[in-house]
Amino acid sequence: MTRPRSSIDAPLWAKGRTLSFAIAAVSGGVLDPRGPIAADNAQILVNALAIMLAIVVPTLIATFVFAWWFRASNKKAIYRPDWAYSGRLELIVWGIPLLVILFLSGVTWIGAHDLDPARPLAGETKPVEIQVVSLDWKWLFIYPEEGVASVNEVALPTDRPAHFSLTSATVMNSFFVPQLGSMIATMNGMVTQLNLKADRPGDYYGLSAQFSGRGFSDMHFVLRALAPESFAQWMADARKSKAPLDEGAYLTLARAQTTSPTQFYGSVDQTLFEKIAARRLTSEAGPVSPPSQAME
Amino acid sequence: MFGKLTINAIPWDQPIPLIAGAAVGVALLALFTWVVVKGHLPYLWREWITSVDHKRIGVMYVLLGLVMLLRGFIDAVMMRTQQAVAFHAPGYLPPHHYNQIFSAHGTIMIFFAAMPIIIGLMNFSVPLQLGVRDVAFPTLNSTGFWLTATGALLVNVSLVVGEFAQTGWLPYPPLAELPYSPGVGVDYYLWALLISGVGTMMTGVNFVTTILKVRAPGMSYMRMSMFCWTALASNLLIVAAFPILTATLIMLALDRYLGFHFFTNDGGGAMSLFVNLIWTWGHPETYILVLPAFGIFSEVFSTFSGKPLFGYRSMVIASLGICLISYCVWLHHFFTMGAGADVNAVFGIASSVIAVVTGVKIFNWLFTMYGGRIRYQTPMLWSLAFVVTFVLGGMTGVLLAVPPADFSLHESLFLVAHFHNVIIGGVVFGCFAGVVYWFPKAFGFRLHEGWGKAAFWCTLIGFYVTFFPLYAAGLLGMTRRLQHYEVAEWRPWILAAVVGVAFSAVGMLCQIIQLVVSIRDRAQLRDTTGDPWDGRSLEWATCSPPPAFNFAFLPDVKGEEPYWAMKQRAIETQHLAAAGEYQAIEMPKNSATGFMTAFFATVIGFGMIWHIWWMVGAGLVGAYAGVVWFAWRDEDEYAVPASEVQRIDGERRRAREELLARNANVSGAA
Repeated sequence: MTRPRSSIDAPLWAKGRTLSFAIAAVSGGVLDPRGPIAADNAQILVNALAIMLAIVVPTLIATFVFAWWFRASNKKAIYRPDWAYSGRLELIVWGIPLLVILFLSGVTWIGAHDLDPARPLAGETKPVEIQVVSLDWKWLFIYPEEGVASVNEVALPTDRPAHFSLTSATVMNSFFVPQLGSMIATMNGMVTQLNLKADRPGDYYGLSAQFSGRGFSDMHFVLRALAPESFAQWMADARKSKAPLDEGAYLTLARAQTTSPTQFYGSVDQTLFEKIAARRLTSEAGPVSPPSQAME
Repeated sequence: MFGKLTINAIPWDQPIPLIAGAAVGVALLALFTWVVVKGHLPYLWREWITSVDHKRIGVMYVLLGLVMLLRGFIDAVMMRTQQAVAFHAPGYLPPHHYNQIFSAHGTIMIFFAAMPIIIGLMNFSVPLQLGVRDVAFPTLNSTGFWLTATGALLVNVSLVVGEFAQTGWLPYPPLAELPYSPGVGVDYYLWALLISGVGTMMTGVNFVTTILKVRAPGMSYMRMSMFCWTALASNLLIVAAFPILTATLIMLALDRYLGFHFFTNDGGGAMSLFVNLIWTWGHPETYILVLPAFGIFSEVFSTFSGKPLFGYRSMVIASLGICLISYCVWLHHFFTMGAGADVNAVFGIASSVIAVVTGVKIFNWLFTMYGGRIRYQTPMLWSLAFVVTFVLGGMTGVLLAVPPADFSLHESLFLVAHFHNVIIGGVVFGCFAGVVYWFPKAFGFRLHEGWGKAAFWCTLIGFYVTFFPLYAAGLLGMTRRLQHYEVAEWRPWILAAVVGVAFSAVGMLCQIIQLVVSIRDRAQLRDTTGDPWDGRSLEWATCSPPPAFNFAFLPDVKGEEPYWAMKQRAIETQHLAAAGEYQAIEMPKNSATGFMTAFFATVIGFGMIWHIWWMVGAGLVGAYAGVVWFAWRDEDEYAVPASEVQRIDGERRRAREELLARNANVSGAA
């Protein structure tokens, strides 16, 4: 009953492989930030690491020194077989970790508030609105104000922040562009918020961080940070696509249980995202029943 | 007749599980044949399968855990090698198989390797350290073990009959719901864990009762060994947390079997409810595992430094502190689900507070070494490596507890490296230290030191070479559970990790060789004294292996480290304390209840998984009949005659007197 599912794996991942050659994937990672959020995340990571190293390094040194000096064969070391308590040391033992964590808690509190994904970025420029839907196993991006949509490729101008509203048509995923910072979960029937900005033009690798099933490994996309004029050009190119993203086109896309090549839709049903998020438009009969062994 | 089960449930098209399954099947058959032909079956049945002796049950738990550790490790090797070859390539494991492997790896390692070894060590040592003859509920203890074995069996059956879950080790809905996981994989997961979860719960109840109510005369709380304290904290967590796991999994099972909507996308289900519930169990679970390991390290540091544990009271407070705080941090497993800044900050800070109490423990272990005479035998090497490794893993854990840092690292290989760093560095090293430390007590001979040290160094190097590259890959944005990938920057780190796995594999091999060599050379490695490590707690007061009744006379405890005090008195006076009048000792009788219950639980579980309802019914009837039969018993104890007690204790006293004379000569000569 369940076994035949394996037989449909082969074509799927083979397909994913050829596709990925088209997407030149480069990931500089979270310590090579290309936007303010990623930079702040990385900074807080480095700060917290430095604070802890201040206590960890002496602890490790003490471990090795004690372990070496008090070895049984060292006749110079003083043996104190009954020494098991010292009030002064107890004070240090409790005090030092407490102080470090108090300090770190301050960092945590401020950081969690400043870098809350839902918090709009400072600045007066109006953010680009982008709606994101995670599908089995691809990403749909809708620009409601521009009226275009794309699959597995998303563009941002470098002079404006972007505000993402995210949901999932199927299972949970997580939207993540390592070089721009903060990931956020996409969940069915819910909308999460994320604010990001790209500082420099470039193609950045994006992927799902939350395991979502068979085609999960192919669920990556390109985030193109473009200079303002290039962004306008990208928009214009996308708008040239004849295909509209209406309910029918969406359901076709959502029900295809594979990843997808980059696609563009020149016009978009403006209420589509709300309908998906509110579950008024659902693609799920679940995955289609597995094809028979005949595929081989 | 057979529900969803057909001949196609066996993966005829997949050589790896088929060959592995066949090999295990043949090996088991050979072992069974050997047992039957050699006539060992009655012995096995009498002395092990139906035994309610906490020491025997402890040994069986550890054995089960070690075998499952090997199984989980093979999964790990497959995952790492798959990722090593699956760069711009499909690799050798298709997603259907790869996803089962990482799900099985996590499930097996946590529930059927780490838990059984930890529970086994508690089973073996806690009653001995408390100076008593058994746990509070011996038959319940046996039942708990066999139900755990049922869970392990079901997970392994899924290798060749059907499939295992492809959802990760925690089956997050909606992925684990019927529309997205229509196969039997998630059902195998659910029934394996529901059944073994009942077993774990029994253990928790049993040990909380034992430690609170069954202690030697004079063994007040503040005289208990640190291992007993951490065992108490761990079992309190089991009692409070495992019902949450069971309830959550039952809700998921109701969704899958009866069309409920607890966690579904439709019908008002809330998958975030599952995520919250599973982690209110899941976070305490990590401390259920690591607290007893902390206890083992405390014993080892103190014994091998030749000093009492430094800051005993602080250690007790820290253990109970961890027990409490571990309930207030679960949300740090999903900061990225958009809970909001206040919630994230509160849970982030609560998580860092655990680092304070853990830091206290680390410092106290350091000061236990300070002023000591440290003997570097294998348990001490594991403990020292634990301190260094755990401090590093704790540090990356605190990094992940800072929400903005977690936003960039969650679900990445950095996270994977972190929890392996603390679980291997803490729990696994603790298990190995505990096994080497208590092995001579359990079997009467030591493990071979040379092979033990070889295993230690290979495992240690293997750990660092595997997981520090994974930290780097995570910082480069590589997320977990990828069956293939295309990012060139990740590749070198993944290849480095394979080298580490090779070291770990040699380490595993050394462990097996160590066991074989030690059994072969058991005559030379014999522990005649019962006190091979110059120990301090009560388990070293009896002989190795201890008699069924543990102690001829329950020890009269007059302070901390009772056995150390007895030993010092004996050395001072050059005499053992006088023996009293030997009396017959009543011990619990063997019972097949546990084994029978687990047999029927296996039948129920298998029937539920494959929708074979008559089988479920038969299993329920059988299990209930077994309980009734047990409840109707007339006698549940047998008496060890006074003469037998005298004979066994006489031998022990002779060995001790010899040891005393030998030591006196040595110190006289010096």
